[in-house]
Amino acid sequence: MIKLERLTKRFGDTTVLDGIDLEIQQGEIIVVIGPSGTGKSTLLRCLNFLEQPDGGRLTLGPLNLDLTQASKSEILAARRHTAFVFQNYALFANKTALENIAEGLIVVNRWPRAKAHQRAREILERIGMSDKANAYPASLSGGQQQRVGIGRAMAAQAEVILFDEPTSSLDPEWVDEVLALMKQLARERQTMLVVTHEMAFARDVADRVVFMEGGRIVEQGPPSELFHAPQDPRTRDFLRKVLPAAEPL
Amino acid sequence: MSILDLDYMVGLVPILLSYLPLTLGMALAGMALALVLACGLAVIRVLKIPVLNGLTLWFISFFRGTPLLVQLFLFYYGLPQVLSFLTTIDGITATIMGLTLHFSAYMAESIRAAIVGVDRSQTEAALSIGMTNGQLMRRIVLPQATRIAVPTLMNYFIDMIKATSLAFTLGVTELMGATQKEAAGSFLYFEAFITVALIYWAIVEALAWLQRRLESRLNEAYRR
Repeated sequence: MIKLERLTKRFGDTTVLDGIDLEIQQGEIIVVIGPSGTGKSTLLRCLNFLEQPDGGRLTLGPLNLDLTQASKSEILAARRHTAFVFQNYALFANKTALENIAEGLIVVNRWPRAKAHQRAREILERIGMSDKANAYPASLSGGQQQRVGIGRAMAAQAEVILFDEPTSSLDPEWVDEVLALMKQLARERQTMLVVTHEMAFARDVADRVVFMEGGRIVEQGPPSELFHAPQDPRTRDFLRKVLPAAEPL
Repeated sequence: MSILDLDYMVGLVPILLSYLPLTLGMALAGMALALVLACGLAVIRVLKIPVLNGLTLWFISFFRGTPLLVQLFLFYYGLPQVLSFLTTIDGITATIMGLTLHFSAYMAESIRAAIVGVDRSQTEAALSIGMTNGQLMRRIVLPQATRIAVPTLMNYFIDMIKATSLAFTLGVTELMGATQKEAAGSFLYFEAFITVALIYWAIVEALAWLQRRLESRLNEAYRR
């Protein structure tokens, strides 16, 4: 279980996250939606310490941290219990698909190279990229790069995989294959926290949808409730804008 | 009689080539030391280490802002007058010192640019899987920075080889100094200097060939 209490983050005078409380059960798939600039990505980045939070507590596996006073080794440990999928893939350009997936196992978990490559091959198989094991990122399509990015996150065997708008920089033709892989992970009950604008994915896959605005969680619930009977006017407003009137979810 | 005394030129080549080890030796030593110094300066600049960053800016400004010949004269003829431990400095050491300081100033900036040029999101990706800063530098940033920096660094090395010819003004008999002596003995200045020019040119071309091979190897991962 992951428990986040009163997470706060400021950039200068602007409060981006204003006391976020969030609990994630093991195997739960949570999708975070909301307007741009509302702190959704920052929330994920704080969980991974890519941003330094200004307040709050985090319980994560064996860790229980005061987010403002986490030591270097606690930050490393927290990062090892979370995995991150980036909007722009962020693959290591000097490493092949296989090496991208094996890198963390070799360097961070100190596995022998052969064992790490073996695991990486299994993951390539699961993400349907076995034939591209030795391809470098520059020669892969956006969709393939993002699948490797997800594979790299899978290798970490983290408590939770954090997806930061994983399909937002993809050409439309590659979106489906990435969403399909994420659905596959969801079926395997991989714990996931997903920030996305793909409302159909939220409806079909999420156990719980969280609506954020202005650095706060406004409303949350199962997709059936949140999409069909939103309680808060802000949620209704947002959904009206993003859901095409012709095909309501 | 032809314009060029070709026999003299052919005979001169082996004599001049015997000074090649000294020329290349000074360049290699200067390059190795300059690389180490430049990496240090670049890291100071990238991390903006207080005090050192300011000193580094002054260092780079001075050694880029003054001619190499002035710097060499300063080290060889000037400084020994005020710093007694330098009175025994020989021309070769002074040349290597001058080349090191002068070129490290240029190289620091191109190494800094190469480190900064590595896509920032890859740094975040490495941190996100729990790499330490050292692992991140060693495994992800520096290998890619090397690729970016190699072409310019090779150019500086080529420049440095040619710059070793200034050592003859400090009384060092290297390739250029030897040519000067030979020419003074034979009075065939044109032949002598054409010969040495061709030798420098050949060395540089050989290095340029090496550079192309090296770059093509480093670019393997980036081909589409």
